[in-house]
Amino acid sequence: MLTITIDGNEIQVEKGTTVIQAAEQSGIEIPRYCYHPGLSIVGVCRICLVEIERMPKLQVACYTPVTDGMVVHTNTPKVLRERQAVLEFLLVNHPLDCPVCDQAGECWLQNFYMQHGLHDSQMLENKVKKHKAQQIGPNVMLDSERCILCSRCVRFCDEISQTHELGIFNRGDHAELLPYPGTQLDNKYSANTIDICPVGALTDRDFRFRTRVWYLSETKSVCPGCSQGCNIYVHHNDKRDYKADGIRVSRLKPRYNPEVNQWWMCDAGRYGFTWIDAPSRVQQPRRRRSEEFEEVAWEDATAEIVAKLHTISATHGPESIGVILSPQMTNEDLFMAKHVFQDGFGVQQFACNLPPLSPGDEDDFLIKADKNPNTAGVDLLAIETCSVAELLDDARNKMIRVLYVCYHDLEQNFADTELLPALKELEFVVFQGTNEHSFARKADYILPSAAFAEKDGTFTNHAHRVQRIHRAVNPLGQARPDWMIFRSFARYVALSSPFFDTADVFAAISESVPAFRNLNYEKLGDFGATVGRSESVLATEASVV
Amino acid sequence: MAEKIISPFFKIKDSHTIDVYEQHGGYEVIQDVLRTKTPQDVVDAVLKSNLRGLGGAGFPAGRKWSFIPKDSPKPKYLVVNADESEPGTFKDRYIMDNYTHGLFEGIMLAAYAIGCHKAFIYIRGEYIRQAENLVDQRDAARARGYLGKGIFGTDYDLDIVVHRGAGAYICGEETALLESLEGKKGWPRMKPPFPAIEGAFKCPTIVNNVETLAYVPSIMKKGPEWFANLGSERNGGLRLYSVSGLVKNPGVYELPLGTPLRDIIYEHAGGLLDGRKLKAVIPGGSSSPILTPDEIDVKMDYDSLAAIGSMLGSAGIIVMDDTVDIVRSLYVVTRFYHHESCGQCTPCREGTGWAEKILKRILDGEGVAQDITTLESIGNHIIGNTICPLGDAASMPLQSYLKKFRHEFEARVASKNGTGQVVEKTVADWN
Repeated sequence: MLTITIDGNEIQVEKGTTVIQAAEQSGIEIPRYCYHPGLSIVGVCRICLVEIERMPKLQVACYTPVTDGMVVHTNTPKVLRERQAVLEFLLVNHPLDCPVCDQAGECWLQNFYMQHGLHDSQMLENKVKKHKAQQIGPNVMLDSERCILCSRCVRFCDEISQTHELGIFNRGDHAELLPYPGTQLDNKYSANTIDICPVGALTDRDFRFRTRVWYLSETKSVCPGCSQGCNIYVHHNDKRDYKADGIRVSRLKPRYNPEVNQWWMCDAGRYGFTWIDAPSRVQQPRRRRSEEFEEVAWEDATAEIVAKLHTISATHGPESIGVILSPQMTNEDLFMAKHVFQDGFGVQQFACNLPPLSPGDEDDFLIKADKNPNTAGVDLLAIETCSVAELLDDARNKMIRVLYVCYHDLEQNFADTELLPALKELEFVVFQGTNEHSFARKADYILPSAAFAEKDGTFTNHAHRVQRIHRAVNPLGQARPDWMIFRSFARYVALSSPFFDTADVFAAISESVPAFRNLNYEKLGDFGATVGRSESVLATEASVV
Repeated sequence: MAEKIISPFFKIKDSHTIDVYEQHGGYEVIQDVLRTKTPQDVVDAVLKSNLRGLGGAGFPAGRKWSFIPKDSPKPKYLVVNADESEPGTFKDRYIMDNYTHGLFEGIMLAAYAIGCHKAFIYIRGEYIRQAENLVDQRDAARARGYLGKGIFGTDYDLDIVVHRGAGAYICGEETALLESLEGKKGWPRMKPPFPAIEGAFKCPTIVNNVETLAYVPSIMKKGPEWFANLGSERNGGLRLYSVSGLVKNPGVYELPLGTPLRDIIYEHAGGLLDGRKLKAVIPGGSSSPILTPDEIDVKMDYDSLAAIGSMLGSAGIIVMDDTVDIVRSLYVVTRFYHHESCGQCTPCREGTGWAEKILKRILDGEGVAQDITTLESIGNHIIGNTICPLGDAASMPLQSYLKKFRHEFEARVASKNGTGQVVEKTVADWN
């Protein structure tokens, strides 16, 4: 350990720590543009200059390693003066088009100018002209005049995505960030360059001009796009919702988690949220009236469904009820479903997973082939007792007479020759899900589920890390979180369900499922926690080794 | 007549060929050194000779060589910096034209000293004829067995690669040069690691200027004490001064370090043109702080110039007489640094272009009083705050011109188009 004194605070840091990291550890923020903890260090922006005793010149804090006994000053008049000068230089050729710039409000030129600059402009000259509003890839717009040439995006493409699309061309104040001739910034992680761009040079084509960022609120969550479970922020517009054409969730941004996704997320996950506010969302419970559906109150729908389940169960036994859950559901949803159907109705047949139609996209970084966020949760909670195909077989053979289907569009996975004979024999079909599809319209009841951004809960990722999601926006229309829908059945079956929120459900999980023992929401924190691996996963891993 | 080492070759016909070089004692000392001396002997001799890096920084050459790690399993490289681009400097061109094999012999000695078997000459892109000559003479030396496997019949291998730059001043900065040599954009690297530890292709590398290496054979031949005694204290030997500007006889003059600047201008370069008065002298290439006529008694060595706030740099002396417009001169210098700034770090990238625009506006008669303080501020905030010395090189003229010739700038911003009409504009008038 090395001892370093920063602005009078003496702290101990590991060998190899840089001054900027040491300052962070002691709670001092040194401004930075080019420095990013996830990228190599280039020391070009010069805003992080600090004074180090016994060194004649100011040093860049990002590149200078701590030595034992080093004494650093980050706020002497000299440091503040040079910091201000660097900001002034950065703004010399900056177009100052903040009123029409999408970055305004989350721009580090604005932020550091307010913190460290506040100088009057001495610039009387014409500014250097560069390319504006260029589309450099499917997701990214580039405004070269706003670019401060920090090279973060270039290093991202070289070091993280390793796709090498970007370079800095020309010299001096004519230097310009561009894709290499004949290429586009088109890779599976391209939009991360927008996140790390400290200014308005790279902006998001999807988000551009949709919302001013100061109208956004952010909520911690987990990307439901695959089993990696990248940590995200859901940015939602609840201050100016009337200007957003019904789009409540404006964008997803990666959230730092050293164990899962560091600072990054893939483009597929980032842009895969539009279904939340899509017209296909189911907004109220509906009941079939011959070929049409009619709206029905939740209380009536649940009472009628329970009555129907009881009737059929009384005639054909509880084994005539099949339930298909989904690895898109949270641990709490799954646990509650099993609790209510098994303990309340005596259901024994639960299916969950459907094999993907085509092999999922996969890489050795963040993207996993399994596009469900909670397959491991299904496994650990021991939900599944049979396959969906077996349930359909049983339906065709009249052994199953009720099918309660969550989320899945069975038409995608099963040919009409398999599905239609089964549906013909079924006496009663309930569909519960977020979005409507043509299979949903074959059910007798359609129940609206809340989307992941509309509810609390936990997902268990491929590495058995249990991570929390939080409600960002209210459920659309009359939609309800799945666990609450299942809870509403409980009182009809004389089941004690003392669950007021998902924390209660999680407490019950930790009590009854060995893998989750001793866990609670507080222990999960923001980064989640890894739980014990099931026997089957250990066996698979052992066989791979 | 004082001793001269390199410059006599400038006047000999075909002095760039092996035969002529050997007729004048060339390639003797390298054979002797390879057979009878250890690499450490060469390093020690160069250390003792007080030979300093003659590219501009003046770092003692022998000390630089001693930084090469002895136990590294990696190959070691010698890179010859022939990217001579500092305005007012043209000595390396003379050496490459006329003392080609002297340079090669210096390369051989230095390479032997640091254990290098492949040397690169990184030559300025515009030096086309010089590059062709280097390649021709390198091939001739190879044909004689002076380069290649087992040079001069010993078991020491050495080859020389001539690599042409693409026309960027910044590639004369040693780490930018290495980047460029590796095929990348010429952007200076952060230090440490210094090239001696991790240079070309991540291997220990020594980068030396052409002139520095060209003096090594004579040091080994006549002894380090002889060389050291030619110069002044801690500034060993001779040096090639490039004299340009408004003197009667511009050219390259080989004189001891420590020769007074006045003597170089008035004795060696023939003095000013008739009827002119000295106005200013740039002593060491365009980046070195400018001197006024009352400062020219300074001795031309590293320490004496540093003591009066300037620097010897590349020893490119630019003489300006009373016909020179000092404002235009600063504009030309600043335009150069703006054009050559690599654009990597903020202060130099933005500051050089800004300063050029202000100076252009002053020249156009549109200057305002505040411009002078703005220019000073730009210089003060670039210097010392950048990765490489180009920022400093751009700042030093700004600072020194404005300090020593402030009245000329003040007169210019106060008058419109030189008519004497005072305009006294302020920033408010522009907004």
